Amino acid sequence: MKLEVGYIQIRDIQTADKSSVKDGILYVNTKELEALALEDEHLKAVCFDVARPGESIRITPVKDVIEPRAKVEGPGDVFPGVITKLNTVGSGKTHVLQGAAVVTVGKIVGFQEGIVDMAGIGAEYTPFSATYNLVVDFTPKDGLTAHEYEAAIRKAGLKIAYALGKLGVNVTPDEVKTYEYPSIMEAIKKYPGLPRVGYVQMLQSQGLLHDTYVYGVDMKQSLTTMLSPTEIMDGAILSGNCVSACDKNTTYHHQNNPVIEDLFEEHGKTLNFCAMIITNENVYLADKERSSDWTAKLVDYLDLDGVIISQEGFGNPDTDLIMNCKKIEETDTHTVIITDEYAGRDGTSQSLADADPKADALVTAGNANQVITLPKLDRVIGTLDYTEKIAGGYAGSLEKDGSITVEIQAITGSTNELGFSRLSAR
Amino acid sequence: MVKEIERAGIPVVHVCTVTPISMTVGANRIVPAIAIPHPLGNPSLTPADEKQLRRKILTTALDALSTEVDGQTIFEVK
Amino acid sequence: MSKIKVVHYINQFFAGIGGEEFADHKPEIRDGAVGPGMALTGAFGDKAEIIKTVVCGDSYFNENLADAKKAIIDMVRSANPDIFIAGPAFNAGRYGVACGTICEAVKQELNIPVITGMFVENPGAEMFRDKLYIIATKDSAAGMRDAVPAVAALAIKLVNKEPVGASIEEGYLPNNTRVNFFEKERGSKRAVDMLLKKMAGKPFVTEYPMPDFDRVEPNHAVKDIKSATIAIVTSGGIVPKGNPDRIESSSASKYGEYDITGVNDLTDATYETAHGGYDPVYANADADRVLPVDVMRDFEREGIIGKLHNKFYTTVGNGTSTKSSKQFATEYAQKLKNDNVQAVILTST
Repeated sequence: MKLEVGYIQIRDIQTADKSSVKDGILYVNTKELEALALEDEHLKAVCFDVARPGESIRITPVKDVIEPRAKVEGPGDVFPGVITKLNTVGSGKTHVLQGAAVVTVGKIVGFQEGIVDMAGIGAEYTPFSATYNLVVDFTPKDGLTAHEYEAAIRKAGLKIAYALGKLGVNVTPDEVKTYEYPSIMEAIKKYPGLPRVGYVQMLQSQGLLHDTYVYGVDMKQSLTTMLSPTEIMDGAILSGNCVSACDKNTTYHHQNNPVIEDLFEEHGKTLNFCAMIITNENVYLADKERSSDWTAKLVDYLDLDGVIISQEGFGNPDTDLIMNCKKIEETDTHTVIITDEYAGRDGTSQSLADADPKADALVTAGNANQVITLPKLDRVIGTLDYTEKIAGGYAGSLEKDGSITVEIQAITGSTNELGFSRLSAR
Repeated sequence: MVKEIERAGIPVVHVCTVTPISMTVGANRIVPAIAIPHPLGNPSLTPADEKQLRRKILTTALDALSTEVDGQTIFEVK
Repeated sequence: MSKIKVVHYINQFFAGIGGEEFADHKPEIRDGAVGPGMALTGAFGDKAEIIKTVVCGDSYFNENLADAKKAIIDMVRSANPDIFIAGPAFNAGRYGVACGTICEAVKQELNIPVITGMFVENPGAEMFRDKLYIIATKDSAAGMRDAVPAVAALAIKLVNKEPVGASIEEGYLPNNTRVNFFEKERGSKRAVDMLLKKMAGKPFVTEYPMPDFDRVEPNHAVKDIKSATIAIVTSGGIVPKGNPDRIESSSASKYGEYDITGVNDLTDATYETAHGGYDPVYANADADRVLPVDVMRDFEREGIIGKLHNKFYTTVGNGTSTKSSKQFATEYAQKLKNDNVQAVILTST
């Protein structure tokens, strides 16, 4: 598979009568987008807002962040099986409105949505303080179940991102990158002297607000499987989760998976990136055993020299991580794992729920329990009503002066385990 | 937590889904449960069957508490 | 601003008195900097100054622990410094232990910041790394040049009460306290680099060494379960509807204790979960799926157990540090003990 990705740099989002992308400005007609979102009978109202880097704005509770993308050429279109017709994506051409993002907020579903600050110290901990965000605030109809509400918002956000992405189809990109992912036989022939490296991406699949969709399939119902990393760039993997927002992958993270990018960066130079494996993190022990057995089997069968394993989440998925690591190491394949830590507010507790001596090469995205005080910002998009209830918040989190004291686990993407950011711990 | 109860001198059985974590953290008597969101239930069963399932798990837990162990032991539900 | 006042501790060898044959040298105090103190003085610039140097033989210190400690603390007290620095001891075992011991004592007695420096394999490092800042050094005095700037920089930070960064930034030995910081490269890039090294058989450093988990001996079995009082405890966050104590959905700062006298079944009208780490729909619909009160009552009625304890304890395991969980459990385990509970069923989600 060969995918050409054209990046169109976006330097602002403005509302306008006609939606378009011109000279790096994304103009949006919010009336049209509203009509699009309200096609879903579960939603009562929706309103739009723009948040720019450096503005004194707090966005919460954040559910998902999506990058506007659309395909220019090639089979299918982005978000296959969910927003567009099912088709194998990952080849042809795709255009990206880089620097823009759709951020969905709305009444809380669980306890688990996050905070994005556009300015102040909190901005350093989330990648979405650096993007121009079209924030979409949803109001559901009364009497919806939590599952219905979550699904309605998830899909409406994707639809909006896709609609925006399509505005870039006829725009000349500022930069074009080409990603090639040949068949395994070709890949091995092409770089015979380089170590063969794979990427095992673990996907959260534990129920409401903890799910991930692959071509529309709920990942908990799938066995460990393989796909091309270019398919992921086209939105084959979609986030349905934001529990403890710090270490859950938003759709934006999947679209811009940094492990994939950095492996491609070294591809053909120091290593041969020739296998992309995805697996789940289910709630049944038998599933954990089966999925990790399968991961190790695939790695063994592909005869890889090394793999990077990235986790999503914490707690019981630490077991999935350790099982994957241990079983893959037992096939004589080198592993490096990426995770984050829950070492307590003072940093002195055990960081992981599970451990094994074989996990001797670990990259950490930081201690999610670190406490941070976020100053009052001028404007709140969404609501602070749930600040004390979201994961990372506690009674007293919300101070009278408008500042909030929370653990960084409440901040969207702060300890992302794809290694998206530079935060770490020792 | 399980270790602190044990340390206080009270025999304790850990009923949990992810038994490997229980092994890693050092529980001595372990009974496997159903699933993380419903360790002692299964919403796809009828209420009567579900309660019967719960009873089976807890019966195993009581057996575990009544059994001497000299190390970490998983008691499978029959 | 006036200069920070430093008292520096060194052994007989670094004071130029002599080697092993002078190791029983008794504690003495001299004005100004001596030996390695000169290098420290250079690194301090105009920010700090070594006002006194305490010299003590390694054998004397370790063989006359109480006397040596007392004498040295008195000397340090009389100098009234802002900070106490010992060593660095590099890989000298008795010197390292002396540096660690006297630093800990000074910190406790005089309540001022302390720093020492050692090679990671110095026995003093293992003994004191969790209690003190120990700057990591090479295994011999050849490492003085690298060690001195790190000691000086951290000393100034500690006196000025500035936040101390992660071990890797400041150069101290990892001390089982995890500190966040921003790396130069993002995590994915670091993972790729680490994998390349690992595959090539080159040395690499994990960012989190795997922990050792401690173990507790199992208690004896319950002899007569039919007459036993059994309590149920959960980390699944089951609470009375409305979460009256507002237990946090993640990283809980407290546990709940609730009376279930007369409660035979948990229903969606009366109980729910406060846990934020799993899909709460099933536990909210029927909390017995997590905290099995209904079946335990049946057991009680049928005489299979003696009694279900009238209180249950509950915490949210999600994102809650092991240290907090441990503290909660220590507290309620004592309560259970006092209430003569004979066995516990702990359920986790």
